[in-house]
Amino acid sequence: MKTQKGTFRKLFEVLGRQKLIFAVSITLAALNVALTLYIPVLIGDAIDCIIGKGNVDFDAIITIIIKAGVTIGLAAISQWLMSICNNKMTFTLVHDLRSKAFKKVQKLPLSYIDTHPYGDVVSRVISDVDTLSDGLLMGFTQLFTGVATVLGTVVLMFSINWKIALIVVVLTPASLLVAKFISDRTYSMFKKQSETRGEQTAFIDETVGNQKVIEAFCHGDEATEKFTEINERLRKYSLRAIFFSSMVNPSTRIINAIIYALVCLVGALTVISDPLFTVGALSVLLSYASQYAKPFNEISGVITELAAAKASADRVFDFLEQAEEISDENNTEMPTAEGNVKMDNISFSYTPEKPLIDGITLNFESGQQIAIVGPTGCGKTTLINLLMRFYDVTDGKISVDGYDIKDVTRHSLRENYGMVLQETWLKSGTIRENITMGNPDATDEEIIAAARSTHAHSFIKRLPQGYDTVIGEDGGNLSEGQKQLLCITRVMLCLPPMLILDEATSSIDVKTEMHIQHAFARLMKGRTSFVVAHRLSTIKHSDVILVMRDGNIIEHGNHKELLKAKGFYYELYNSQFAN
Amino acid sequence: MKNLLKYMKQYRVQAVLGPFFKLTEALFELFVPLVVADIIDQGIGNGDKSFIISRGILMAVLGIVGFICALTAQYFAANASVGFAANLRLALFKKINGLNYTDLDTVGTSTLITRMTGDVNTVQTGVNLALRLLLRSPFIVFGAMIMAFTVDTESALIFLASIPILAVIVVAVMAITVPLYKRIQQKLDRVTLNTRESLKGVRVIRAYRQEQDSVEGFEQNNNELTTMQKFVGRISALMNPLTYVVVNTAVILIIWVGGKRVYAGDLTQGQIVALYNYMSQILIELVKLANMIMTVNKALASGSRISNVLSMENHVDTPTDKALLPESGHAVEFRNVGFTYLKAGEASLIDISFTANKGERIGIIGATGSGKSTLVNLIPHLYGATSGLVAVFGRDVKDYPDDELRSKIGIVLQKSVLFKGTVRENLLLGGKTATDEELWAALRSAQADEIVEKKGGLEAEIEQNGRNLSGGQRQRLCIARALVGNPEILILDDSASALDFKTEADLRKAMAELPQKPTVITVSQRVSSVMNADRIIVLDDGEAVGYGRHDELLESCEVYADICRSQLEKEEL
Repeated sequence: MKTQKGTFRKLFEVLGRQKLIFAVSITLAALNVALTLYIPVLIGDAIDCIIGKGNVDFDAIITIIIKAGVTIGLAAISQWLMSICNNKMTFTLVHDLRSKAFKKVQKLPLSYIDTHPYGDVVSRVISDVDTLSDGLLMGFTQLFTGVATVLGTVVLMFSINWKIALIVVVLTPASLLVAKFISDRTYSMFKKQSETRGEQTAFIDETVGNQKVIEAFCHGDEATEKFTEINERLRKYSLRAIFFSSMVNPSTRIINAIIYALVCLVGALTVISDPLFTVGALSVLLSYASQYAKPFNEISGVITELAAAKASADRVFDFLEQAEEISDENNTEMPTAEGNVKMDNISFSYTPEKPLIDGITLNFESGQQIAIVGPTGCGKTTLINLLMRFYDVTDGKISVDGYDIKDVTRHSLRENYGMVLQETWLKSGTIRENITMGNPDATDEEIIAAARSTHAHSFIKRLPQGYDTVIGEDGGNLSEGQKQLLCITRVMLCLPPMLILDEATSSIDVKTEMHIQHAFARLMKGRTSFVVAHRLSTIKHSDVILVMRDGNIIEHGNHKELLKAKGFYYELYNSQFAN
Repeated sequence: MKNLLKYMKQYRVQAVLGPFFKLTEALFELFVPLVVADIIDQGIGNGDKSFIISRGILMAVLGIVGFICALTAQYFAANASVGFAANLRLALFKKINGLNYTDLDTVGTSTLITRMTGDVNTVQTGVNLALRLLLRSPFIVFGAMIMAFTVDTESALIFLASIPILAVIVVAVMAITVPLYKRIQQKLDRVTLNTRESLKGVRVIRAYRQEQDSVEGFEQNNNELTTMQKFVGRISALMNPLTYVVVNTAVILIIWVGGKRVYAGDLTQGQIVALYNYMSQILIELVKLANMIMTVNKALASGSRISNVLSMENHVDTPTDKALLPESGHAVEFRNVGFTYLKAGEASLIDISFTANKGERIGIIGATGSGKSTLVNLIPHLYGATSGLVAVFGRDVKDYPDDELRSKIGIVLQKSVLFKGTVRENLLLGGKTATDEELWAALRSAQADEIVEKKGGLEAEIEQNGRNLSGGQRQRLCIARALVGNPEILILDDSASALDFKTEADLRKAMAELPQKPTVITVSQRVSSVMNADRIIVLDDGEAVGYGRHDELLESCEVYADICRSQLEKEEL
């Protein structure tokens, strides 16, 4: 209960300026309920003025009609304004929450982003925010309207005739009970349906997604057999779930129909015996009786919606309250670096239980080329994470030109690095936007010169709009190699004093790679560069080779020294020629 | 769209009975206001209590009969819609299985997955709702109007006037909002894309200090989305108040006109109550109708997408030139083979000729995009050559039934794909009847026996897409899968890329020692993987620029020599 309060309080806080609109919306809802309920009363009065041939009170009817007209107009206007308020409130809240969440993404530590599936974060920012605002705000208004309608109807019915009112009030909950009875029993069927549907979706995802493999192995018949089995099961469960749940509506309606008949019966008998109870009053009661059950059904729907919204709200707030990266607002700006990198007794681990780097001290001088090698999964990227300060060392310190990287702003540190990663990433936008990321002021000549040096120019110019071609999500139709060339061009354009090249040419074909080696050599000259490479031949001439295994640096030295040591590097190097 | 109807055929009885019972129920509902009018006019008017009681019971009976009809209708509707959806899914699945590689390239598998899941579900919901309400709602609306005419023609004219107005309001609001909802969806997709991008590209964004820029890009889309949502919201907010005003104005008119008619003695008080009730019924049905039109609309859109897939025609191979007859004696023969992907401008393979005999090892090397994978895909007829002849064991691959051809060939594709299930199930894809000993032998040759032992043997579970294995482990299991069934031709398409040099060397050794001595065709970017082959094909932009042994090519082929220089030590050359 305590957390629930917390969630609503937090929501109330984010509502901010919308609080006033929320209050207005609730007021309008109350007004609307009152006016809507008043209409049947007026109509009933009018009916009482129409008794029979030659016995119609037209003067009274006119007064009633004018009253009714005004009431209808006001009811419509209040309903319209209420919707407008709700719209504004909901969509503004959605907008603000998404905005907050997106800014949050920019400030989250990499450790959060690396350990949470993107899909999970995206669904918090997109669908959970929707569910939250729909469910909590609209849900609250609906709940309020529903309860107000029920209470208003009850009061009005009792004021007209307490006996008939009692019939309605006592019997209506029966329809709710029936609804609950059915939905409790269908729950297990729905669960089975969604489980089976999940199973089928996973199966489709796997087989259709890899249809080419299925066909290469002529596995289609077996797959169809398995699919048919799941499909039949799903059909059976779906039929049960859908049929039994669709019983709810007729069942509540039959109960309402019987209540309606009872009101009519008892009401008609009362009209005969009680001269104060008129036909008009009977029509009012009939109209209430038919409407009375509706808010109940809505309320039960709203309550489930609220529960879902609450769950979503918790997920959204949980995300918004994640710890952010340590602020670097008060840190100094680092000037353009020489590129002397020092690792002073550093230790690091992603989780305390699994120590990785432990007490490493290394010194790299400006202009040196440092290669990082080791089998896949040995933690080469960990080192890059630490250099770029994507992660902070748990102990010791890394300094660049004597500045502890924890004491300078992240931006000023990263400005000194140029980075090309194995996993290329391009934003959806133009080619130009993508390659000028590090140097937005680059001129056309500079851009073309850089692209020429990386051999990207020839394919860029063949694209429909050249440098202004918009590429879709994740590089769209470009090949892995082309994407990598763009990432390299990006670095060529900003020429920072230090470089990080993580398998920077892994997807580029051998021929192009040979061509751009020169550009690389020129680029690395005079710059401290950290190079991760698969092909050992490309890094043989590095000043320092760091050999990593299981997350730790186990050997370091130059090629010759390491071969002489006959350690892990020696083994690695020779295995590539073994036959 | 019509081609979907046949999947409903099996359920046509249900599809007719569903709406029929629904209409019967509606009919009973339409009688209720008349009974109420009777109670007021005759029962109350004459003070006849027994008449009132009998009519009250009649109302309850009408309700109960209606209830039974409704249940029957729901059952038939659920049956027909669920069955229809199941038939559609199965038909889609079979259709997809019959698509060839060219077709799959054209449609894209992710589209097919959406068709089979999301679209079929939407159709199911739409059909279910349509069977129940498509006829019912208009029936009630017009039925109420007709009943009003039977009560009093003059007052019924009010119905006649208000129904078109209501229809115009509903249709106009929907006509404006439905297309806008589509645009909102597109904008929302942009916002989603921004979010996903900022997560996926977090390292680059931070390295290049693009945080502020990406926030601005997001804000722009987010603002536009909100503006559009508010606009659509304002328009749809009009629907309820407007219909409310129209219906209640009609009620006032009924009172006024009815009052006059009663004064003249043409109408009774009870009949006015009946007219009033009919008007209320119309309002309730209209709301349902609007919701239903939305759902049915969506279902129609999904249905036409499904229909497009089902009516897709398979791409047909260009037949081989009759003059080209395969030579006997070769395991694989390529003669002047050319291949162009459908809708691609340039050819991916141009005039390729080579032969491979039993037990020979052929290497294929070249840059990415030079056509290496395309070439090997022609051998098991995954694609059909667009010119020239591809033959396996002296027979044109286009003349083989696909399963007979592919049972002779073990192929390891570039992407290592494993399926959810046990190790055994995955390996049996390669040869359905293999024994445990054969499976283990294949695993040993593929250097994968240790992996399987560690995971717990052949019964060990592999998760969806082989998630619980590393890239290198998956690759080795895929190799083992291709070895099961002792294929006479083995194709390894860059299938050692995730292996370290030592494992790859061990693997190469094991391949050379396979007992059935298959023809092995290896595609690689690494010289070390192909340099010991009997013949090496060097591909450059779809053309074979070199064909021969390692030492021959070093002398004669510039492209090959270049590749070697970049990868090998001087002493190796």
